[in-house]
Parts: sequence; structure tokens; C-alpha cells
Amino acid sequence: MTSFRTAAEIGRTDRGPRPLPELGEQRAATGLSSIDTMLDNGLRVIAVHQTTVPMVEVRVRIPFAGTDPMHAATAEVLAGTLLTGTARRDRVAVDTDLALVGGELDAAVDPERLSISGNALASGLDTLLDVLADALTGAIYADDEVIRERDRLVERIAVARSQPSVIAREALQRHRYGDHPFTREMPDADDVAHVNGDLVRALHRSGVLPRGSLLVLVGDVEPEEAVSRIGAALAGWTSDRSAVELPPLPEVTGGDMLFVPRPGAVQSQLRLTAEAIPRTDDRYPALQLANLVFGGFFSSRLVENIREDKGYTYHARSSLEFTPSGATLLVESDTASEVTAPALLETRYELARLGVVPPTESEVDTVRRYAVGSLLISTGSQSGLASQLAALAALGLGMDWLVAHPGRLAEVTADQIAEAALQFFSPTRYTGVVVGDETQLPYLSALGGVRSA
Amino acid sequence: MSASELTRFTLPNGLRVVLAPDPTAPVVGVSVHYDVGFRSEPEGRTGFAHLFEHLMFQGSESLEKLAHFRHVQSSGGTFNGSTHPDYTDYFMVLPSAGLERALFLEADRMRAPKLTEENLRNQVDVVKEEIRLNVLNRPYGGFPWILLPPVLYQTFPNAHNGYGDFSELEQADLDDCAQFFDTYYSPANAVLTVAGDITVDRARELIDRHFGDVPHRPAPTRPSFAEPPPTGERRGEHLDPHAPLPAVALGYRIPDPVHELDGYLANLVLAAVLAEGDGSRLQQRLLHREPMVTDIDAACGLFGPFEARDPDTFIITAVHSPEVGQPRLLAAIDEELDKLASTPPSDQELAKVTARWVAGLHREHDRIVSRTLAFGSLELLHGDPNLANELPTRISSVTPEAVAAAAKALRPDSRAVLTVTPAGGDK
Repeated sequence: MTSFRTAAEIGRTDRGPRPLPELGEQRAATGLSSIDTMLDNGLRVIAVHQTTVPMVEVRVRIPFAGTDPMHAATAEVLAGTLLTGTARRDRVAVDTDLALVGGELDAAVDPERLSISGNALASGLDTLLDVLADALTGAIYADDEVIRERDRLVERIAVARSQPSVIAREALQRHRYGDHPFTREMPDADDVAHVNGDLVRALHRSGVLPRGSLLVLVGDVEPEEAVSRIGAALAGWTSDRSAVELPPLPEVTGGDMLFVPRPGAVQSQLRLTAEAIPRTDDRYPALQLANLVFGGFFSSRLVENIREDKGYTYHARSSLEFTPSGATLLVESDTASEVTAPALLETRYELARLGVVPPTESEVDTVRRYAVGSLLISTGSQSGLASQLAALAALGLGMDWLVAHPGRLAEVTADQIAEAALQFFSPTRYTGVVVGDETQLPYLSALGGVRSA
Repeated sequence: MSASELTRFTLPNGLRVVLAPDPTAPVVGVSVHYDVGFRSEPEGRTGFAHLFEHLMFQGSESLEKLAHFRHVQSSGGTFNGSTHPDYTDYFMVLPSAGLERALFLEADRMRAPKLTEENLRNQVDVVKEEIRLNVLNRPYGGFPWILLPPVLYQTFPNAHNGYGDFSELEQADLDDCAQFFDTYYSPANAVLTVAGDITVDRARELIDRHFGDVPHRPAPTRPSFAEPPPTGERRGEHLDPHAPLPAVALGYRIPDPVHELDGYLANLVLAAVLAEGDGSRLQQRLLHREPMVTDIDAACGLFGPFEARDPDTFIITAVHSPEVGQPRLLAAIDEELDKLASTPPSDQELAKVTARWVAGLHREHDRIVSRTLAFGSLELLHGDPNLANELPTRISSVTPEAVAAAAKALRPDSRAVLTVTPAGGDK
């Protein structure tokens, strides 16, 4: 019979606790050469030379808003069938041509834009661009492809709408923005059922436009070379009109949270939100750091409180969500049903505390280093850098902003962070939704600031 | 592939080390793989390997609770851990200035983790929330990784739920923790991997300094989890209160990933021929030609390839509309497997799969966290981290005949069929 040590014996050694080693010297990231330019057709192109692997990553972002009631449904079917055939290639040929160069292309749509993301072996860049250009200028949306995609979409919507996270997201969007087109992240199944090939083709003609759109290419290709190949491949994609931007959003104002019943739920979704500021605002770096202290990473006040101290949740976080006209703060957690009200109470407590007990020197040091380091890590891969640039470009920002951001984070003072904490995290600025079982409502009502529909 | 020049050595205490220098970005990846996963957890303690993974983040002799997270993040880094059937991994990625700190943090918890009653109870609560989030409160929770194994397998290690039963998680006590740590978390049962912006000499010196005095304990004898393949078609049904549409998962046994690697790779290629991309056999037929399913997928391994020893599983999953009867769907899948078995795929079909695999491996390699973990798990399971660099060539040399043979082995009379039936009530 083997004998084992006790937990207490395991946790100590003769030598005792040891000191934490200091950080070593940090080498700076090597600069990457890049070009940020506008093609004749009005398409902005950012090309970055990043040679870690012999691949290229492509991101296309086309502003793609619409106020027509059928827009969301038609756009969703369009995204699902954009890459299913042209005059030159049928669905299988599209896939075959891409596969033979290790490539893939996917299209997705949200209320703001149509996004096409893809990659291929760098040696296959021309094929990747050719398939992309073929779809942008010559997608035919064959009726049978449209009908199949439509029917499949109806089923997928049913699956998605059974997810508590989707239920919470849709309720939050309606609660914040009423019936603004921004709320139509997922179309109604009834609308989808009415989409046909004519509608999709008309939307492609009126909406899939280069002017005002963006293409990011990151990979193992010299930037001049990349821009000239992109220019040649997409020369036939032209229009005098510009891609359609989403109308500005109403400002989110503080108020009662809405309770959304989900009978029998064993877990509740808490979603709190408040108006914030975009990356172009001078106060943004301070807000970014204040948000990290609050709930933006694991070592934050919110996670240490409701997860590591109280065990109410596995997942809690606070993040900045960039909207077309600005930004919002979003505080999310999923908690066991019976601790819904206590978790909300603690969340509000931490929101208030961030303003009145501002981040300490050690908290500020931690989030500053985390923000700089995680940016370095997330932009260290081709796909990470491409996605980051595509997100920044919506605000007109690019590589310059990215390269200068660590410097901006280094200069933020503790006072500026305290000011951002006071200004943006006061609980009275927040509204939101709680999705959960009705048995939790009396406790939430007792807490106040929560109403049912 | 930009093949990293790998250095491997073993410390006197038995810790195996893999170094993969790559100076392209000023960041480092550090991982520790322990040779214990949920297949090794004791009966009556389902979910314990995963619960213990959580506890390893809760402090050690030199580190108070929460200190681990704070030190990694205040060095600009990110961290995580995950529990698999055959191993548990812990990993961080940091700006390279944090290398020594990362090694210190991993060594301290390998030497003397602080296992306390308070942290155990807190993490049981956190794990229960994780299970509610990922399994109980969502449609298709645990599909197929929790639901399929008990249909395909008959022995406890292979069949049980690795997330664990709530009542068994609640019964876990500190003695279980101590015994589990002393048995499985010995340096001789672990692999340390350091990748990225390092030099071999400096990394070696730091590893000696921090891990050198972690006391040796013998590695446990690894049991065989082998069991015979099913002798008929085994069926199971799961009533899902949240699912809006029926779903089905087929499970088959495949060649030993470690000792019959070529046969295993043929199955990887088969999975792609069947269900990767619009041109794949099952997507063409079941999504487009004779639309029957909303989604169809085929894969090796419950969590992905190269992450388990024998026995391992080939999985086909589909979500379909209620009007499509399951027999019709299974007949179509079997017919496609038969076609492949009798007429091997064309060279072009394999060229597509191969090019996508090579590109996929490059992309995975481009993220330092995936690169670090791949070297570590391949050292642990295959004793050969360099396999990460050789896989493109190995996959390219899979022949059409080998894929046909793999398809032939996926037989209806030796498989599991798990049916997920929507059990309503949910809006």
C-alpha cells in the first residue's frame, strides 16, 4: 500500500517560499513594412509584409447597412451564397480552386457590414484574389443555391435562437436601440422564407461596392507587390456609388434593466451596458486600462470577486464594443440561477467602487503591462494582425495607430485612469437585461432597478 | 514549414524538456503537459482531473491565491489550462522579458501547490457553473464529446463523462487531491515546452535553476485503456430539453494514433474528403444535392486530432430537420462510405485535402500558443515533437488506397449511433 502525503505536506518545502524573479530585458518587435493606399475604384487597401509562415491572410469589409425591412434576411442569404458560383465557377469549382492552394474564403454579414475573410498559401495568392474578384463582380446567386441556403438558414436560426447567449444578446439590442437596424443581427425566419434570387442579386448590385470598403492583406508578400496584384485582380470591381454606412445609433442612457423570463433555466445571463468612447478619443487609452481593472481580464476586480471569491460564475467579463458611431461598455456574466441577484449586487458594487476607490498603483502597473503585452501577442500572427487592422480601419485608423498604441498606454497617468473610472463606470449610467428563471424575479425586484416587460 | 530546430533533454528528476527557439516575434510560449487526463480519474470521482486542473491555478508555496494570474498578466501575458482524455496542459504566452517568471510559476506549482479546503469548495462551484454554461443550459451541450463515449465504449475510463457528475464533484476532498497530485503530477510524468524568442543556453540555465530541485517521484505505470471494438451497432438516445432539431453522432473506432500512425493519418484525410469544404462528399450530397442536414461534420478525436492515445474515435455528426428520418440519413452516409471503399478518391481530391492541411498547419504554427502546445503534446503522446514539422509530408504521402481502406473499416455493424431528440418545453 502506497502512502501519500497530505495536502498540507505537499504545499511546503524545507526551503520555504521563494522570491518572484524580476522581468528581463524586453526586445522590441521588429517593424513591419506596410502600405495603406486607395485604389482607383475607391477601395482602401492595407498590405503588411509579415513572413512568419508562407501564408497570406485577407480581410474584406464592405459597409452594408440597410433600412428595408427585408434587408437583414436578404443580406444573410447573400452572405451564404456569395461564394457558391459565378459565370466561371460553380460551387464545387470555387471550393476546388481554393483548396488546391490551401485556401479558404468565408462571407458573413452583420447589420453594419459584409465581411469576407480568407487565407491561402502565399504561392496561391493570385488564385485567392481571382476567386474573390470573381465572386465580388460575378456572383450569380443561382435560384437553387438561394433556395437551399434560405431553407437551411431557417433551421439555423431556430438553433441559434435556442441559445441563452443569443436570447440575451437580442433582448439587450432591443432594450438599448429599439428597432434601429443595428438590432437586426439575426433575421426573422419568416422574412428569410420570402427571400428569392431576384432580391439577393438586386442587393448585390446596390450594396457590394468598392468605394468606402476595405481590403487588408497580411502575409508573406512584399506590400508593393501585394497592392499591384490586388489592383490588377479587382480592377473590374467598380461603381460610382459608395458602400452604405449604418445610420448613427442613439446614445445608451442608464435606466432599469429588463428581466426576460426563460422558464426552467438553471443559469441566468446578466448583461449591463453603458455609453463609452471610440478609439479616436483622447481618453480612450485611460478608459481601456480602467476597463481592464474593472473586468477586462482575469486579474480584474469583477472576476476576482464573483468568480474566484464567491464562485457565482465561470464566465464574467467587461469589454468595449465598438459601434458604427461610437462605443459602449458591456459587462457580461452567466451565473447559477439562485445567485442571480447576489451576482448583480456585486457587479453594481464593483462598478461603483471603481470610481470611488480608484485603481491602485499596482493595479495600474498590471493592466498597463497586460495591455501592451497582449497587443504584442495578438498581433504576432498573420491572422491576428489582419483582423486587428480590419477592426481599426473602420475608424480610419491603421498600422500607425497600432504601432503607436503601446506608447499611448505608457503615457496614461493614474489620475487619467481614475477620471475615466469615475466618468464611465458609475452604476447609474448602466442599463441592460437579465435572462433567467422567473423564480429569481422577486429577489431582483427587491434589489431594484430591474423591471419585467 | 519553417521547421523549428528542436532541442530535447531530460532533467535528473525525470522532467522532459522541449526547446523550440524562434526569434521572429519577441514573445515566448511556455507549457507543461502532465500525463494524466480524464481517462485516468478514479471511479466515483468523475470530473476530478478537470477539477484538479482548476486547483493548480489556486496558489502554491511561493504564490498566494490569485497570484499566478496576476503575475502572468502583469508581465503582459496570457494563460490557460485544459483537460483532455490523456493529458492535462497548462500554458502561457508572454513578452519574452517574462520567460524566467513563467518558468518560476510553473515550477512552483509542480513542486508545492497549495491545496486548501476553501479553494477546493470555491472551484467546485466554478466548475459547476462551467458545466451549466457549456452543457446543461444550452442546446446540444456535451454533443458529442460527453454523450457519444458511453454508447461506443464499455469500460469506465473510456465511457464516463469527463466533466463529471455534480454529486461526485461535491464529494471530492483534500485527500483525493493530495493522492492525485502525488501520483500523477511528478516531474517524471510531465513535459515542459518553451518556444519562441529564447536561446537554448539561457533557457536551459533558467530551467535548471527553477525545475532542477523539484523532487523526483516515479512516474505511475500507465494503464492500457484498450477495449475490443463493438461487435454490433450500439444505440443510445439523449433527450435534449433545449435542442430545436434532432441530431445524430456516429462513433467508430480507428487505428491507434501512436502505434499505427499511418492508418490514423488515413482517417484524418478521410474525414476531410467526407466533410471539409463545399466539394467534400457529404457536404455536396447532404447539404446540396439531396438537402437533408443543417450541418454535417467528420473528425478524428473527440476534441480534435493528435490529442489522445488508443482507443480513439472517428466521429460523424449531423443536425437535421425532423422531416428527414434518421434511417434515410444513415443510409446516405453508409452509401458514401461504400463508394469510397470500393473506388478510392481521385488524386485531385487528395491534393485538395493535402494543401488545406499544409496551410492549416502553417496557420496553427503561426500562433505561438498552438505551436508550443503541439510540440508538448506530440512529445508526450508520440515521444516525437518533430512530428509537428513532419506532418505535412506524412499527410501528403497518404495514398488513395489507404483512404479507401479507412472508409471500408467504418462499418455499420461496429459503431455507435447516438440520437439527440428535442424534448421540447423550451422556447
